[in-house]
Amino acid sequence: MSQDKKVLQGKAHKFGHDINTDYIISGRYKFKTLDNEELARHLLEDLNPHFYEHLSPGDFIVAGENFGCGSSREQAPLAIKYARIGAVLAKSFARIFYRNALNVGLPIIQTDTENIEQGNELVVDLAKGKVFITKKNLSLAIKPFPSFVLDIIEAGGLTEYFKKYGGWKKNSV
Amino acid sequence: MGKTIAEKIFSSHSGRDVQAGDIVICELDFAMAQDGTAPLAIKAFDKMGKKEVFDGEKLAFFIDHNAPSPNKEVSSLHSLMRDFAKKQGIRLYDAGEGVCHQLVVEQGWVAAGDLVVGADSHTCTYGALNLFSTGVGSTDLAAVMASGKLWFRVPQSIKVSFEGELSTGVYAKDIALYLAGKIGARGAVYESIEFGGEVVQNLSVEARFTICNMAVEMGAKVGLIQGDEKTKKWLSEHSKKNFRFVEPDKDAQYKKVLEYEVSRLVPQVARPHTVDNVVSVEEVEGISIQQAFLGTCTNGRLEDLKIAASILKNRSIHPEVRFIVAPASRRIYLEAIKEGILKTLIEAGAVLVTPGCGCCVGTHNGVPSKGENVISTANRNFKGRMGNPDAFIYLASPATVAASAVEGKIADPRRYL
Ligand code: SF4
Repeated sequence: MSQDKKVLQGKAHKFGHDINTDYIISGRYKFKTLDNEELARHLLEDLNPHFYEHLSPGDFIVAGENFGCGSSREQAPLAIKYARIGAVLAKSFARIFYRNALNVGLPIIQTDTENIEQGNELVVDLAKGKVFITKKNLSLAIKPFPSFVLDIIEAGGLTEYFKKYGGWKKNSV
Repeated sequence: MGKTIAEKIFSSHSGRDVQAGDIVICELDFAMAQDGTAPLAIKAFDKMGKKEVFDGEKLAFFIDHNAPSPNKEVSSLHSLMRDFAKKQGIRLYDAGEGVCHQLVVEQGWVAAGDLVVGADSHTCTYGALNLFSTGVGSTDLAAVMASGKLWFRVPQSIKVSFEGELSTGVYAKDIALYLAGKIGARGAVYESIEFGGEVVQNLSVEARFTICNMAVEMGAKVGLIQGDEKTKKWLSEHSKKNFRFVEPDKDAQYKKVLEYEVSRLVPQVARPHTVDNVVSVEEVEGISIQQAFLGTCTNGRLEDLKIAASILKNRSIHPEVRFIVAPASRRIYLEAIKEGILKTLIEAGAVLVTPGCGCCVGTHNGVPSKGENVISTANRNFKGRMGNPDAFIYLASPATVAASAVEGKIADPRRYL
């Protein structure tokens, strides 16, 4: 979510509530490798065996409540990021996934996803804090991040943040 | 305004007077990672440009998820962990020592009042000892290794009391499943659950771990229990750390207060493929099973093995069932040998596997076949969890799992007790 990518555009791939990290990337793969490209090819395959093949770069994953519940595996947001998903939009995120996504620089967007349908073209304007559903001419508000978290997002993840500030930024909370 | 246990622990560790919703950076007392998360954490730590961890004595690594290694890719990740741990002076528990969460409490790494993170979602288990512990990912853990600190949002708390007296054949696992069924997989997202009430007071510390272990299955950051004489005894037997119990204030603010009278509760079973898909055992009795699994950080402790052995004594498991047992730690394994528990289980037909995660996470040691039903004492039954998306996992107590292994179908353990 760096400055130059403030407007994202792509197609919605819709999922339900409580999409857990075992579905996102199965334990069968995550123990084998640190190769993120390889993990990406197995993204969500237990729910939809051909999911990866049907993706175009910049597409969105759109889900209901509690996206990313379950294990702490960081391979989950990494697999999504390396599958070239533009962002994950959900009504709410499970807390470890939320942190992991911020940390690895996967854009996550909290918004009311109810009206987004499978295949809808979306435009996400991060600066305006809005999601537009092109076909429906509908706009949804994005829940803003706390300012502390924005520093991590702006750095491009926690690793980059640590490099930039040499540790936790002084007086940031 | 009064404070919850979580608010007090975050206040003492941030040096500020905080309340739910505040964002804080805190000093940690202990942090850990296992072989599914440590390799990425090491990679991130290196990328951060750090050379030395903040304090090797406040960190531990565990090789338990995939141990001993089943293939060369995993072996090289294990080597990466061993090399890093050696160089940084971090204690590493290698294959066969046990499941990380059992070892953390058993080996005395944590004590009441602590603030702890672990790169594993079931780090919430240690809250049973009256400390705040929660799961994080690998990059967060790398930041902790680099700085000894992490940011948190102080959670709101839910108070859950279980009142009454559990009937025969009903255990901590049944209450945990019951609650998951009641409040759902997102019933406590981002919140801390304080467990209490007569039933929790009467449970052993081991059984309290079972309940707190399942807190994350409802989305919670941690499950917390107040300290008492039993906690004190457990801590003094297992840990050299100083500790101080943290009690909630009388006027602490809770998001919700839930009270359940569980005297009439019967054994519970979670059906595939979600932990909150819970019913009474009567509703699923008779469903045939091909594999039964006793173990994990939820229910692989001595007490659990003992319950299973009491049902399996002088009985045999059904000829069409594989009954896999993974004691949660080497110490438990040895105790179970000494007490004759393992003899009973093996005579009944059990397959003993290495203390550790065993087949819980689907990497090895008992991957079910297509269309098979498994009954397990674990905490998750997601599709594909045990390594095959075409298998079906039911979750239950050690007693229900043992009774089902005997009958070859899901069975009510009360007939055997
Ligand atoms: S036993 Fe299962 S749930 Fe527990 S730490 Fe191991 S893989 Fe995770």
